[in-house]
Amino acid sequence: MIDTIAQYPILAALIALVGLGILFGGLLGFAAEKFKVEGDPIVEQIDELLPQTQCGQCGFPGCKPYAESIANGDAINKCPPGGQTTINAIASLLDVPAPELDAEHGEEADLKTVAYIREDECIGCTKCIQACPVDAILGAAKLMHTVIADECTGCDLCVEPCPVDCIDMLPVEEGIKEWHWPAPVAPANLIASDRRATQ
Amino acid sequence: MAFKQITSPHAHASQNTSKVMQLVVWATVPGLIALTYHFGWGSLINVVLATATAVIAEAAVLQLRGRSIAFYLRDYSAVLTAVLLGLALPPLAPWWVVVVGTLFSIVIAKQLYGGLGYNPFNPAMVGYVILLISFPIQMTTWITPLALLPDGVSHPGIIESLSIVFAGLNPADGVTGATPLDSFKFSDGLLVDQIYAQNPLFSQAGFAGVGWEWVNVGFLIGGLILLGSKIFTWHGPVAMLGAIAVMSILFWDGGSSDSPGSALMHLFSGASMMGAFFIMTDPVSSAASNRGRLIYGALIGVLVYLIRAWGNYPDAVAFAVLLANFAAPFIDNYTLPRTYGHIDRRRATEKEEDQ
Amino acid sequence: MKTWVTPGGVHPPENKHQSLTLPIGTLPLPEKLLIPLSQHIGAAATPCIEVGKKVLKGQVIAHATGPVSVPMHAPTSGTITAIEHRPIAHSSGMLAPCIEITSDGRDKWKKHEGIADYEHASPSTLLKAVADAGIAGMGGAGFPSAVKLNPGRQRPIHTLIVNATECEPYITADDSAIRERAAEIIEGIGILSQILGNPSNILIGIEDNKPEAIAALEPLVLDTGIRVASFPTKYPSGGEKQLIYILTGKEIPSGDLPADIGMVCVNIGTTYAIKRAIVNGEPLISRVTTMTGDACGINRNYDTLIGTPVSHMLAHSEFNEQACSRLVMGGPMMGFSLTSSDVPIVKTTNCILAPSYDEIPDDEPAQACIRCGMCAEACPVSLLPQQLFWYSQADDQERLEAHNLFDCIECGACSYVCPSNIPLVQHYRHSKGEIQKARAEKIRSDHARERFEFHQQRIEQADKDKEAKRAARREAAEQAKAKAKAAPDSAAAGGNPMGGSAADIIAAAQARAAAKQVSPEQQQAKFERSIAGAEMRVQMAEEKLATASDSSTDEQKNILNAAIEGAKQKLEQAKARLAEHVEQQNGEQVD
Repeated sequence: MIDTIAQYPILAALIALVGLGILFGGLLGFAAEKFKVEGDPIVEQIDELLPQTQCGQCGFPGCKPYAESIANGDAINKCPPGGQTTINAIASLLDVPAPELDAEHGEEADLKTVAYIREDECIGCTKCIQACPVDAILGAAKLMHTVIADECTGCDLCVEPCPVDCIDMLPVEEGIKEWHWPAPVAPANLIASDRRATQ
Repeated sequence: MAFKQITSPHAHASQNTSKVMQLVVWATVPGLIALTYHFGWGSLINVVLATATAVIAEAAVLQLRGRSIAFYLRDYSAVLTAVLLGLALPPLAPWWVVVVGTLFSIVIAKQLYGGLGYNPFNPAMVGYVILLISFPIQMTTWITPLALLPDGVSHPGIIESLSIVFAGLNPADGVTGATPLDSFKFSDGLLVDQIYAQNPLFSQAGFAGVGWEWVNVGFLIGGLILLGSKIFTWHGPVAMLGAIAVMSILFWDGGSSDSPGSALMHLFSGASMMGAFFIMTDPVSSAASNRGRLIYGALIGVLVYLIRAWGNYPDAVAFAVLLANFAAPFIDNYTLPRTYGHIDRRRATEKEEDQ
Repeated sequence: MKTWVTPGGVHPPENKHQSLTLPIGTLPLPEKLLIPLSQHIGAAATPCIEVGKKVLKGQVIAHATGPVSVPMHAPTSGTITAIEHRPIAHSSGMLAPCIEITSDGRDKWKKHEGIADYEHASPSTLLKAVADAGIAGMGGAGFPSAVKLNPGRQRPIHTLIVNATECEPYITADDSAIRERAAEIIEGIGILSQILGNPSNILIGIEDNKPEAIAALEPLVLDTGIRVASFPTKYPSGGEKQLIYILTGKEIPSGDLPADIGMVCVNIGTTYAIKRAIVNGEPLISRVTTMTGDACGINRNYDTLIGTPVSHMLAHSEFNEQACSRLVMGGPMMGFSLTSSDVPIVKTTNCILAPSYDEIPDDEPAQACIRCGMCAEACPVSLLPQQLFWYSQADDQERLEAHNLFDCIECGACSYVCPSNIPLVQHYRHSKGEIQKARAEKIRSDHARERFEFHQQRIEQADKDKEAKRAARREAAEQAKAKAKAAPDSAAAGGNPMGGSAADIIAAAQARAAAKQVSPEQQQAKFERSIAGAEMRVQMAEEKLATASDSSTDEQKNILNAAIEGAKQKLEQAKARLAEHVEQQNGEQVD
């Protein structure tokens, strides 16, 4: 046996390599079992990152279904309310390159908005109440409705069903308490010629 | 009445990056004088040639990148890189060696990574290592120190030096020779005492190696000036020199024929002092915190010694610094300082603190 | 006494002598005063007065809103001329609700008197007086003092620290106040000690660059148990956390308050205000403010009424607008720039700085960060500003928090030393704001998710209920059908125009009726109603046909005819059903 191996050094190399392969394979397998990370199911993690506006612009009835679909391999750039921030966050979670927002599903809004019902025009049809995914509209049949601004996610879903067009999406005003310093211009962009170059 | 909206603080210290860079350039002067005195005009020519190349290369790249040339050239970082590379190259190296090295430093190692502040590796040392690997003959041809020149031979004058550098003329016999680290490394089979007795590089030296010891003293003086002006903290240089000293004492071996040499020789030969005060202190590519710089410096010191003693190259500052550059982010991750009001230091990757 | 040394810190030029050449002065009464409703940390005060009302000096014009808030008082006598949004002292330059008082020039006090026997008053009486006087920390943050001085039983206070550090360059408000009002300040400290249950350790922390102030305090603290601790000047020694460390060597755990380790730290100006409130019964309506900077001819401290417009102050200080590089409320390290000089002095305003271009030139453009580490050397809380800057640019919120961004006190030492002129503090402020915004959004989105899930559940439940009802009905119908089959001679067999399946339909209808448990009388009424309805429809359709017959096309007529036909058929059906029902009833009765 030893003689044969000595005679054919290739055998020694083969045995060594196969041996090492088995050894390290075993080791890795053991480590994978021993140090297994019990993470949240991926759907929950994706859902955490979505903005929960429940607007359905992605084509799914709510954020959770979209999260499930992403987990099954759907594109991650279908969420306009979340915008690029959400895309980046999901991309880094899933370790994939971050694409641009898919314009087909809408554009990223600059301002956060909430629904506002012009109450004297409201006829009390309850259509918007049924459309609201987060039950943020109060009212009853034949009585005027109103939006609980703090609960409104700004999803737009109530605007379409309103038969008298009395719902406006108003931008949320930033008060003095929410104000914070804007980011300074990056050092590299401060010079006039650089600004030209980056444009 | 309307006024400007400006963030605090409104007051500002008078220090600025250009001044820092210029001060570092000036601090190399003692070392440059020592080099010129002991090895002739070569180093000065290197420095001037490298600086000119660097400024032109930097301007060209900035132009290509659409950046303001005047604004970025004014930070003097390209000049500093060039000066350091020029000082590190052997005197009287052919002009194209200097130009290729400088171009590599500025264009590849610095600007391609995003310019000042974004280079992960020390640009001067990247240039140096590229040259050392590509042109070993030119890079290991050193000049004989003034004190050891044969009778009747002197270092070439400035005109002759220029023609050697640019026209490729050969310097006179006896002008070129080995460095102390070279001679020591390749004096196999001799006891340390025998080497010191036989080799004039050591026998005629004050304490470490003819000429070289004074070059190192020059850089040490420059470094202490910078330390005094708080351009950098003591942590890095002290850790590096300390590590070299400790390693060479540990492996001194009583002066046998296998001994890698004394602590004094290692500290005052080759690029030790220049490395400790001018190369490893480059803040961009080094570790960020003081504790991190202690580790970073010690790592460089140990690597320098390991390569000098048992590696293929007689000197190793460039390799050691580049290897430590690789390790800097890793060191940073584990050496965050303890913030006020926190019980423990934390790691940069920890989101929540363990309480 | 022993003091400790904080890490980092810087030594900017002090520039304090300019404003110390003259004693504390007073300004002429401004014509209009503007009192912002929020000059402190916590809820804004609620106005309790209408426009047009006359007020006396010291009268309450706005109540505290909730426990963490302070009331506002009229700083002079006059008329309320507006309650509206006006520019206030805030970095944003935004508007906030304010009360405007037009002075009547008489400066007439309301009747006021101090607590007569305050030395024997209970802490709660004193606390109430402090709260009613509208006192909020006068060092800069403006935390309501009554809240700070009432840490609760579970947090006994053993150390009271009075902050007279005043480490910011230029500002001398505390320094001059100590020089001129030391006795009253010591009295105020005595009251504070009484409120806090006589802590064993009372320290006045002061930097050694104020020898006159130290000399004024020292003879007064003999035999009082109060100790004056002076320590080497270094910015920022006056931060609450820094001062506590300098004087006691203890750190406040991140996220905790000094009271959590048994300490309370108050500004020396606040102690004076407390003395005035308790002993003299005067609410907080004025404070010492430094007016300084080379763009002003006169540099000195003023005892300024709260609400005095900055422009009024500038007008009396030989202000040269052209020479002024920026207008700063507070010091040059942490003060914020004002975009308008119409904003009023508030309870926290210790300095108005109007520097010339020579003193504080415009910011130079920022160069690249070379990670030199000077900022880390200067940071008083041992952060790594260069790393924070890096992550702030990348908006890496996770790393920012891991590098303890929220322990940054925004002292500005890092920006001060930065050789590349990078506005580091602004980066941190921006990132803090972004992280807070993200946190708020996270809370909102979690809430929205909950509500959405509840909504889904509700809809599902409603569907299920509907489905269950339908199923119950179907089952009942089937049972009825079975019954009907078992009794084929049932009365339902009678002349029905709908043919064979009629029996089933009727059975189902019966089952429905049974399910609804409607009484036969109601049932009959319902049938009658439907007959009436059907008749009406037939009538209407016929009328329509009659009116339309002239003008409309055949097609339309056909449609109308069909409608009439349909309506008639329905009428027939309804009549049949009624007949059937009556028959059934009769049958049942016969049985």
